Amino acid sequence: MSSPETTPSVGTARVKRGMAEMLKGGVIMDVVTPDQAKIAEDAGAVAVMALERVPADIRAQGGVSRMSDPDMIDGIISAVSIPVMAKARIGHFAEAQVLQSLGVDYVDESEVLTPADYANHIDKWRFTVPFVCGATNLGEALRRITEGAAMIRSKGEAGTGDVSNAVTHMRTIRAELKRLSSLPEDELYVAAKELQAPYELVAEVAREGKLPVVLFTAGGIATPADAAMMMQLGAEGVFVGSGIFKSGNPAQRAAAIVKATTFFDDPDVIAKVSRGLGEAMVGINVDDIPVPHRLAERGW
Amino acid sequence: MSTPTIGVLALQGDVREHARSLVESGAVAVAVRRPEELDQVDALVIPGGESTTMWKLAVAFEMFDPIQQRVKAGMPAYGSCAGMIMLADRIEGGIEGQQTLGGLDMVVRRNAFGRQVDSFEYDLDLPGIQGFRAIFIRAPWVESVGNDVEVLARAGDRIVAVRQGPLLATSFHPELTGDARVHSYFVEMVREL
Repeated sequence: MSSPETTPSVGTARVKRGMAEMLKGGVIMDVVTPDQAKIAEDAGAVAVMALERVPADIRAQGGVSRMSDPDMIDGIISAVSIPVMAKARIGHFAEAQVLQSLGVDYVDESEVLTPADYANHIDKWRFTVPFVCGATNLGEALRRITEGAAMIRSKGEAGTGDVSNAVTHMRTIRAELKRLSSLPEDELYVAAKELQAPYELVAEVAREGKLPVVLFTAGGIATPADAAMMMQLGAEGVFVGSGIFKSGNPAQRAAAIVKATTFFDDPDVIAKVSRGLGEAMVGINVDDIPVPHRLAERGW
Repeated sequence: MSTPTIGVLALQGDVREHARSLVESGAVAVAVRRPEELDQVDALVIPGGESTTMWKLAVAFEMFDPIQQRVKAGMPAYGSCAGMIMLADRIEGGIEGQQTLGGLDMVVRRNAFGRQVDSFEYDLDLPGIQGFRAIFIRAPWVESVGNDVEVLARAGDRIVAVRQGPLLATSFHPELTGDARVHSYFVEMVREL
């Protein structure tokens, strides 16, 4: 037991990871303006993600993609009362410092933006604000947690409306977790080497059978059924990027995905909320994207 | 009722953590998302999460009125953080039109302790519970209470835990610490009523 403290401690691992626990069973929506943030809040989002351009537009327009304008983030923070997350480039600790100073509630060190450092991710322990990071497999998730990530999401392939990569990443992480927890203790040393993650963390995950942080899904979710499938595959919540504001009726689609995430295991509810939503985002097949343009390949 | 069945409202939030602490305290814990599931429980926990989301989902899935009626009829309930907001008769800092289930005669201010960078851990005492590690996440506080509300704990000069008859609420998240003493307190309340 810790000795009684008379002063509050901020930025502890429990406080950072605990924030993500509060988002479970919820939907976090990409927004680029205060108006979109308000629509997301009214639809029942548990948080919004502020970024400069949604992934579909980053794909279409190309160029270097960066942290959102501080004025825009301020505007979004004032527009809503739910948590506001914002994206920083991989390795760009100064963008993360700015986001912390603006008072955002979570930083997404995101492959959707152009990476700033091709060797190092941000040392996330140095921050009071918690971080979420993307992962395509268990080793990548554990390396991000080692660097201080307090929440993990599948990468998927952002901006496509094609859920297939998110499925692959969630299934991979789930299968690797299962395999790890079935290993005898004396094989965990080699497992740690193969996962390129510290032994202590690998042993903890093997014992618990789950990550020590919340696991969400992201990247290509565009419909209520997409969200329901990802939840059935073991996601604890959902990020929706371009899927909402690139669709025909954002407010209605957003509310439908929120409902589908709560009742992910009830096909009658999914069927009901999937009616009359209008056009889904048009989307791109991940297979049609040349490998160098795939965002999930960023980060390691 | 030596082993009460206690529901955890499972529309959104940290449901599993509450369920674990309830089981550790000697109750049977079940997830509640539908009116017929509510009918099966002796008491209800409203977890931490996002109060605006829970409110909208409770209304959309026709849970709001049934829970409110059960609470009015004397069902014991415990809310942490967002759950405290849901059990407050009046709130400050809610979104437009935000409704609460009510039951506790108090005013709760949403996100009163600040944003996530201000979220904190703090040791506090509750009646019969010494040195409880309390985790506050974008937490609300209680601005004022009616005469029948017992203040159980403060952080500094802010009210962060209250009880009124069968209703219990905390600004903080005992479900996150693995220390089940607050849940045991609630399970004891349920047994007594």
